Amino acid sequence: MPTIHIDGTAHSVPEGVNLLHAALQLGYDLPYFCWHPALGSVGACRQCAVRQYRDEKDEKGQIAMACMVPAVDGTRCSIADAEATEFRASVIEWLMTNHPHDCPVCDEGGECHLQDMTVMTGHCSRRHRFPKRTFRNQFLGPFINHEMNRCIQCYRCTRFYNDYAGGTDFGAFGAHNHVYFGRSTDGVLENEFSGNLIEVCPTGVFTDKTLKRHYTRKWDLESAPSVCAHCSLGCNTFAGARYGAVRRILNRYHSAINGYFLCDRGRFAYEHANRPDRPRQPLVRDKDGTMRPAVAAVALKAASDALAAAKGVVAVGSPRASLEGNYALRTLAGNGRYSPGMAAAEAAAAALLVEILRDGPLPAASLHDLEQADAVLVLGEDPADTAPRMALALRQAARQQPLESVDKLGIPRWYDRAARDIIQGATGPLHTAWTQATRLDDISRPFRGAPADIARLGFAVAHHLGGDTPPVAGIDDALDARAKEIAESLRAARRPAVVTGTSLHSRPVLLAAAAVARALLQANGENARLGAVFGEANTVGATLLGGPPPEELLESLDAGKADTLVVLENDLTRRVAPALLQRALEAARCVIALDCAATPVVERADIVLPAASFADAAGTLVNHEGRAQRFFPALPHTDDLRESWRWLAALTDATWDSLDDILLALAKDFPHLAPAAEAAPGEDFRLNGRKAPRSSRRYSGRTSQLADRSLHEPRPPDDPDSPLAFSMEGAAPTCGSTANSGEKNVPSPAGVQKHLPSSLVSHYQTPGWNSVQSLTRFQEEIAGLCRGGDPGALLFAAPGGNGALAGSPPRPFNPGAGPGLLTVPAHDVFTSDELAALSPPVAERAAPPVCRLHPEDAAAHGIADDTDARIEIDGASAVLRARLDPSLARGLIALPVPVPGLPPRADDTYATVRPAP
Amino acid sequence: MDPTLQSVLLGLTVLFVLLHLAGFLIWVERRLLALMQDRLGPNRAGPFGLFIIVADIIKIFTKEDWTPPFADRPVFVLAPAIIMITALLGFTVVPFAPGLVVMDSNIGVLFFLAMSSMGIYSVILGGWASNSKYSLLGGLRMSAQMFSYEVFMGLALMGVVILAGSLNLSDIVEAQRGMWFVVPQFIGFVLFLIAGLAESHRLPFDMPEAESELVAGFHGEYSSMKFGMFFVGEYMGLTLISALIVTFFFGGWLGPGFLPPVVWFSLKTALFIGFFILLRAAIPRPRYDQLLAWGWKYLLPLSLVNLVATAVVVLIRHG
Amino acid sequence: MLSHIRTLWLVFLHLFRKKETIQYPEKKAYLAPRYRGRIILSRDPDGGERCVACQLCAVACPVDCIALDGTEDEHGRRFPSFFRINFSRCIYCGFCEEACPTYAIQLIPDFEMAEYNRKNLVYEKEDLLINGEGKYHGYNFYRVAGLAIKDKDKGEAENESPPVDPKSLLP
Repeated sequence: MPTIHIDGTAHSVPEGVNLLHAALQLGYDLPYFCWHPALGSVGACRQCAVRQYRDEKDEKGQIAMACMVPAVDGTRCSIADAEATEFRASVIEWLMTNHPHDCPVCDEGGECHLQDMTVMTGHCSRRHRFPKRTFRNQFLGPFINHEMNRCIQCYRCTRFYNDYAGGTDFGAFGAHNHVYFGRSTDGVLENEFSGNLIEVCPTGVFTDKTLKRHYTRKWDLESAPSVCAHCSLGCNTFAGARYGAVRRILNRYHSAINGYFLCDRGRFAYEHANRPDRPRQPLVRDKDGTMRPAVAAVALKAASDALAAAKGVVAVGSPRASLEGNYALRTLAGNGRYSPGMAAAEAAAAALLVEILRDGPLPAASLHDLEQADAVLVLGEDPADTAPRMALALRQAARQQPLESVDKLGIPRWYDRAARDIIQGATGPLHTAWTQATRLDDISRPFRGAPADIARLGFAVAHHLGGDTPPVAGIDDALDARAKEIAESLRAARRPAVVTGTSLHSRPVLLAAAAVARALLQANGENARLGAVFGEANTVGATLLGGPPPEELLESLDAGKADTLVVLENDLTRRVAPALLQRALEAARCVIALDCAATPVVERADIVLPAASFADAAGTLVNHEGRAQRFFPALPHTDDLRESWRWLAALTDATWDSLDDILLALAKDFPHLAPAAEAAPGEDFRLNGRKAPRSSRRYSGRTSQLADRSLHEPRPPDDPDSPLAFSMEGAAPTCGSTANSGEKNVPSPAGVQKHLPSSLVSHYQTPGWNSVQSLTRFQEEIAGLCRGGDPGALLFAAPGGNGALAGSPPRPFNPGAGPGLLTVPAHDVFTSDELAALSPPVAERAAPPVCRLHPEDAAAHGIADDTDARIEIDGASAVLRARLDPSLARGLIALPVPVPGLPPRADDTYATVRPAP
Repeated sequence: MDPTLQSVLLGLTVLFVLLHLAGFLIWVERRLLALMQDRLGPNRAGPFGLFIIVADIIKIFTKEDWTPPFADRPVFVLAPAIIMITALLGFTVVPFAPGLVVMDSNIGVLFFLAMSSMGIYSVILGGWASNSKYSLLGGLRMSAQMFSYEVFMGLALMGVVILAGSLNLSDIVEAQRGMWFVVPQFIGFVLFLIAGLAESHRLPFDMPEAESELVAGFHGEYSSMKFGMFFVGEYMGLTLISALIVTFFFGGWLGPGFLPPVVWFSLKTALFIGFFILLRAAIPRPRYDQLLAWGWKYLLPLSLVNLVATAVVVLIRHG
Repeated sequence: MLSHIRTLWLVFLHLFRKKETIQYPEKKAYLAPRYRGRIILSRDPDGGERCVACQLCAVACPVDCIALDGTEDEHGRRFPSFFRINFSRCIYCGFCEEACPTYAIQLIPDFEMAEYNRKNLVYEKEDLLINGEGKYHGYNFYRVAGLAIKDKDKGEAENESPPVDPKSLLP
């Protein structure tokens, strides 16, 4: 570890970082704008000036930008130096000459990095007497609000949007002091990571448009550490609420998963919890058949009467419900009568992929692993649409190999401008194999084919990597050459990874990925990783609980073997063939639905128990790599709006009063899920005798918020499920982090714990640092682990490495052989997640539902581009607009997920297509 | 008239007058304090704000009579009664005019001293029974203060007793026909004034209450009429001390003949009540340890010197 | 000792001084314009609400008795959708007025707010908002802010130059 000297004090710092990074990590207050831990340094803002000395004899030194100075052994600098301090103050002063007088009406106010830095440098009054420069704003879509006047030209936005996220519709325009950041014309920001501009921008140029509609200052939010429930990655978020509604989602750093960035689906889907049509009051069907609101006790009585009178109860869980909810449902219905809720094909694929992860050859790849991978094969998955944050990680992976040339030149990787100039946009080996074009194609070498051909490619790659995989019989030369090329690049890589997923529901594809993984283990050893993408937030958890697919249970309803159906947070119309569902629902004497959204099942149900959403429930989700993560409620549950497991606990004879109780029971029944209880501290956790607060100390309006209803201020609601208090009172998130002294590493007095565990930190703020940039104070190392370790607990131990999962290559796909066109999924980042699609701003971005087919197939079926086509599957039919897509292989038809009215897709579902009248 | 019946009637009259006087003093004190502080004081209810007394009484009677659950209930109830009873009993030996005395006892001085000592029990027991720390501190302070000042209070009176040659209060008044004892017994008067002030624990000697330190001290837990009894007891103690100063040192009912003796007595007493109120307005509370040190180190020796000197003078003149 | 007697004498003399008491309901004391009494919300010279719902008064309030929620009109001008002050908690410290960046919230010389029912001490926006500028005249926040609202486009505020054309490279 190099030793550097700051203001005469010696410090050990990590290898290969810059001086700004080192100073911030040591706890010094050094202002900066353009540097970002994930984006590196460009030295654009001139804010982090320090005086740098050549050696201990040098007393004169020179002003240098800390972010551009490598913190190598023996580096000497002074932050407190008078001239450097004055320099920083004057930089702020000139940045502020054009900054508008907007703070009171700016959404960033109170959590503005520019505000913090201005206060830090001491600038307070504008001496510049000339007019302020102004800009016109642009309309940037439903997510981002643009207020260009506030810009301080740090270039962070373009560096993130264009350089990091690969966006193309945004940039810097103009010259000198007219530099403008935006699009060439008004329009929606196309990149699905645009929401990160909110956090990347150090001031209020890009602010959250959804927050603007129900604006709340940061200090007034009741925030809770949450986990995104809109794909299987389980990105960590903060859910902030006020006046009973969720107000916004912010990124919560997790070094192994989302790091500094979220996708727009995860950031803006929260609005589904604020929908007016969301069930919030229990409903019970009365004698004349109408649904009437009921209080919780009445609804529970009705439900328990129905369950007691039932001839048989079947229960359908959900991969989007928490582990606790599914477990409670399974306890209620009993083994064999509980289904995890995924359609048979999806359930089989998920079960197989879980088995590959748990018992297979390679450890599961976290997003951080994928970001670091220098050769990746994405086999049969489209992460850009099913797991967007993973696509962003893969975008970084594509830079890994070119970055080695930067290393060779002795240029540090954080020297971002130089690194990018050297790379010149080159990308490393990123191979994608999918049925059609994806948004990763600009940085990858895509292979497009039918699922069977993708599987054959995988097996061929495995064969070429060496090991025991036999060659693929009858492979054509082009495919074999391609496989050989992929195998070569994987073998040459230091940290190769193979990514697969359940989107295709294809057993051969998953087995092929397992074969590649096994071959990689043999060819490449320890550093290889296997990435997995699952359907929904808790697909892995629900799969681990196990059970028959819902079709089987619905058949038993139809056959009269059971007459009561309990549905947990599941819209069965997305999972089950419409005909079967209709028969089962008609046969059922009583349907009990628990959900946080008004789904068709809720509309049909006889008893509706409103389930708490991510915003008002505590629970555990298991993500794509088997990491159990706890999410906590930002809003208290009420008597009428409870966590699903709380409703179900009241219907069973279990005595679960709190989350800890049910986790204890879960660990006893499912020992392999026992680590889920360790995902976060239990309710009895206290930091130095105090709970963790949900709100900041500045939380306002406590004696007035409810004064219109009652002057008797109620005590804050209790939270029986977590050590978080619905209050501003409690342990400070970081005690002992001292400003501008570099004393971060001073040991605390014995018996005094200094920091909250990372899974309980409810917002990022420390004295002097009110913006999200205060994150540096919550990390062990900048861009490293969270203080005290990252949250969550991994369920899958070191892989077993057995070879039992051997499969054999399928026969190649023959376009003319099937009874029509083979359906393949075309996920959409904004519509494919059920709850996200219910969020109005996300729905605004939704792609129109179209079916895509190859122009020749279209011609064969008499379908022209942009005309309606009638699609029939198993007797069910739907009409979709047709689009011709030459990237699709012959014999395939790509359908959106889901298509209302059509049965869910299995890996061998064929559709007949003809022009709609 | 039967002398017994006469005593009973006089006793009832005294009781009636005193209780009303205590109420009236509430108003007097508040108005006087206000005037000394350049304010007006209660002047809204009734003529000159006199009805504030009625309002106070209504308030004090209708407040919740709260006995804290942690209190020692029987003692808690008993304590306020003691101060009322002892103060009233003290008045039985005070001669308001020739022959106008409830109990013309020949050990009047001793009886008065005994009653005033008994009064301490009220405060101590009240502070103890409240079972709260500030009340207890108040009670303890009271006991220490009273013990210290009791001693030379008695000694201060001994000069008067030597001069008058009697313990009967009527005889003492009669003995002042030639000269009020304030002249030969000036030191005794000053000592008795101070000790009396301390005995009635009024400002500046209100250490047992000490609002600013002990939040009302011994009666901090009392409310409603129990508090009212302490309140009235304090005013009666004030009246009693004033009446006794007049009796011992200012010739009691004696005065020029154009006014009846009772009026002379009342006027002189009222003057001292006013003086006590002036003391309250003017002098701050001394420190507690200083109060005790002063009592033992200076006042007690002084009273002994006074007693010896008086005795010597009397011996020489009559010897 | 003498000083004590002097004290007694001086205090005694005060009996005959002129009294300071003002017989309140009949006579009223003079209250300075900056007296900290009842809180009002004022309007800017154009008649628009001055409050922009920035929440600074609420966060400055040491007893947390101010609650509000912001919203905006179709042109982007911000105003509070509700504004509630619980005067049964208010301590009239004036921090809210000091914190207010737009002179919207002001304390005025009126303290006569006694109520028999505590609930009547909860003032909503319609109780607080007056039709005037209060103590501070002439200030209009939106004239100095960079935000565009109805009838004030970008570059039309005080001390602002007209919007630049980012596609021009001219100096």
